[in-house]
Amino acid sequence: MSAHPRAGGMTALLRLDRVACIRGDRLLFESLSLTLNRGDALWLRGPNGTGKSSLIRVAAGLLRAAAGTVERYERSALIDENAALDTELPLRRALDFWARIDTVDGHSVDRAIAEMALAPLAEVPVGMLSTGQRKRAAMVRVIASGAPIWLLDEPANGMDDAAQARLVAAIAKHRANGGAVLLASHFPLGLGDLAELDLGALA
Amino acid sequence: MTALIALFWRDLRRAWGSGALWLPVLFFLLVATAFPFAVGPDAPLLARTGGGMIWVAALLAALLPIDRLVRPDLDAGVLDRLAVRGMPDEVIAAVKIGAHAIGFGLPLLIALLPAAALLAQDMARVEILAAGLAIAIPALASLAVLSAALTANLKGGSAIGGLLILPLAVPMLIFGAGMLDPSGRGAMKLLGATSLLLTVIGPFAAGAALRGLRE
Repeated sequence: MSAHPRAGGMTALLRLDRVACIRGDRLLFESLSLTLNRGDALWLRGPNGTGKSSLIRVAAGLLRAAAGTVERYERSALIDENAALDTELPLRRALDFWARIDTVDGHSVDRAIAEMALAPLAEVPVGMLSTGQRKRAAMVRVIASGAPIWLLDEPANGMDDAAQARLVAAIAKHRANGGAVLLASHFPLGLGDLAELDLGALA
Repeated sequence: MTALIALFWRDLRRAWGSGALWLPVLFFLLVATAFPFAVGPDAPLLARTGGGMIWVAALLAALLPIDRLVRPDLDAGVLDRLAVRGMPDEVIAAVKIGAHAIGFGLPLLIALLPAAALLAQDMARVEILAAGLAIAIPALASLAVLSAALTANLKGGSAIGGLLILPLAVPMLIFGAGMLDPSGRGAMKLLGATSLLLTVIGPFAAGAALRGLRE
């Protein structure tokens, strides 16, 4: 129980210990423990309203857990239903803002844009992008941030097959580079070697 | 530091983008234009009451944009991302206050000149008004961001926001307008003290309000 995060050769990036979450007057889950080490990916599944998004927000530190502890040993990056990109700006400038917030240089934005194949849309205002394109743009922000912990809440919503394949490739690359992914989704996206946690079965 | 500068410029760009720069200024000038019509073109009367009117107009101009200070960032998820990035809410609030102070304060000081002319203020009074407003602008920005943060997840929040900060702004109105009174010698110091207090409290109170928005 008192394992040091670096003990045993595994490096924990994110650790939730006996966490409970209450929304309104409903207990979504309790005594939930999970650890993400470098290279890990965990798929949160379960019907609507079982707390997948809430668990992501608890892991991100945006929502206080009603009980238990949440520890992040590295920086994290989050995707949820909001892209958080200024709609009036061209895509590239909107992404550059977050690059400055994350203090990464323009090259990592370039590489991430190439990874999600958004280069042709770099000068298009974010407000003109489709849902799937905006999700890809949000993914660019996550990739470019260089954060080792990815918290992805339905990252593939609105994405076509080609974009999903790029998302899967980006996740695989991130894990190979020692990152960890917590993924909330209705379907496993075709990711290999994926641990899963069914929140519907906990309730 | 890069992150703070980026955030500051983003707020300033959004405040001044698409002509919004002139909105508080136009409002300020509108009040200055309408006032002589309401009380009559009696120059001595205007000169006596116009300074107070300028203070009221400045206060309302600071309140004008409160529905776009915090709420769009909340809706777009920007505040969540900054929190995930580890930026303290107090720092976000302080940057927003700074950007709002510059964003509406600078144009306001420029608009003071035509407004003072419309209200028959002589040069000596314009100088006192400019000094008073310059002292009060950080506090007005602080109050505006605070009420914007408190009302960001309420429908029709900006109307309530105005009611919220009015009592807190009253001392500044009294001391600010009091500076124009020849017998109001200590008014400037009291205005400075009030402004300092509100400016210092602002980031912490608004930061706590931003944190509350996530629950």
